[in-house]
Amino acid sequence: MQYLISVITDSTELADPAEMVTIDAFNDRLVADGHWVFAGGLASPGTATVIDHRGEAPVITDGPFVETKEHMAGFWIITASDLDVALALATDGSKACNRKVEVRPFLGD
Amino acid sequence: MTQVGNAVSEAITRAHHEQWARVVASLTRRFGDLDVAEEAAADAFATAIARWPIDGVPPNPGGWLTTTAHRKAIDRIRREQHRDAKQKGALVLHDDDSTPMHAVDDDRLRLIFTCCHPALAMESRVALTLRMVAGLTVPEIARGFLVQEATMGQRISRAKGKIKAARIPYRVPDATDLPPRVSGVLAVLFLVFNEGYLASGSDTEPVRSELTSEAIRLTRLARDLLPDDGEVAGLLALMLLTDARRAARVSDSGELVTLADQDRDRWDATLIAEGHRLVRERLQSGVAPGRYQILAAINAVHTSARHVAHTDWSQVVALYDQLVQLDPSPIIVLNRAVAIAELDGPQVALATVDRLAEPLTGYHAYHATRAELLRRLGREADARAAYDRAIELAGNTAEIAYLTRRRDELR
Repeated sequence: MQYLISVITDSTELADPAEMVTIDAFNDRLVADGHWVFAGGLASPGTATVIDHRGEAPVITDGPFVETKEHMAGFWIITASDLDVALALATDGSKACNRKVEVRPFLGD
Repeated sequence: MTQVGNAVSEAITRAHHEQWARVVASLTRRFGDLDVAEEAAADAFATAIARWPIDGVPPNPGGWLTTTAHRKAIDRIRREQHRDAKQKGALVLHDDDSTPMHAVDDDRLRLIFTCCHPALAMESRVALTLRMVAGLTVPEIARGFLVQEATMGQRISRAKGKIKAARIPYRVPDATDLPPRVSGVLAVLFLVFNEGYLASGSDTEPVRSELTSEAIRLTRLARDLLPDDGEVAGLLALMLLTDARRAARVSDSGELVTLADQDRDRWDATLIAEGHRLVRERLQSGVAPGRYQILAAINAVHTSARHVAHTDWSQVVALYDQLVQLDPSPIIVLNRAVAIAELDGPQVALATVDRLAEPLTGYHAYHATRAELLRRLGREADARAAYDRAIELAGNTAEIAYLTRRRDELR
């Protein structure tokens, strides 16, 4: 079962060097324990571009699709046997990146 | 109804109390799906209601219900598979009915932990526990918490949907996670009890014994399943010692009767004896008590006094001191102040209570406590204002009646 762990923040500050060290250590552990699928940090919401091609011509808009106080600054995709395992990893992930995280399951098959 | 009919309907009620959680729990383990388990269990009980009056009560009602429910579940899944061929193969049947009894008990424990999972909202945990473990119907739960049936139905299906989609495990947490998870379960049970004991609705009975009895029944089950957990024993004792005073708690005219004014002859001696036994057992264990055990001990002191004048207030205050160490929340400090008033007088108590103004300004009991203290100090105008505020904030009809009379007694 795969879960998305989103990193939630209300600031555009990037991870500082100390946070980078703990994040790297957490990533290494995810890989070593077989939970790692993918992870990445995102540039600020202001760099986003929205495309809507549901109609005839595509419409391109500058900026995030919805303005919110908090945004997703990065994410992990992990594999875990159940939510308890995912929550335990997310708890450590939140500590490692020093930010709030949200755990959301991918749709099952 | 005939005597035979009565005996059958009693057997069905008893089977429902004793077997519902077992049946749901064993189906959940076997089919890995709460929806299937719930519906098949309900089908099996409906079949019992139709068949038992004709065929007689089977010698082993639990076995009959489990077998019937398993068959109903398989029928239901087959029907759905016929409807949707894509679902074929989704079902993994383990045809293994040789489960020993203790494993079945573990299943019920798994069911409780799943229903009370911290990833679910508190109101969902309460609803799901009452449906899946206690076997209350959706309309019964909706009535219990004064919400529309449709709303309660959605709340329960949303919770089941999350359990399935997020794969909340059907498992007893391991030793390191167990204490916080048990306290999460106890919080659910205590909430059900409290809503029964001091019902918040303006058009419900002031004491809802259907909720208090369910809470006690579920806590007894938790105690059977977790016999070594002191807090489970503590919560059970607390509920028993509180519920023992139920008959004396509301007057014939529908007013709440305070502990001091209750007719102690109307207290339930059997429940008190059981509660005291549990409290003594915990004291003898020598393990440091948690908050429910301390609250139970406080209630044991109260229920040991044949008359309010015999209450050992210094013991009550000492127990509250211990509780404040564990949980320095303003509500605990407020309750401690009530005992302080008896030991050191209303002036000392009021000084403590006044310091709680900020966190408790929206809590009716804060204003009610202040009102009583101000009254004892002869500050009638201040007392009246405090009663007014308490009445405004209180939800329980019997409590409003009591507070209104107290206010109107003031000059």
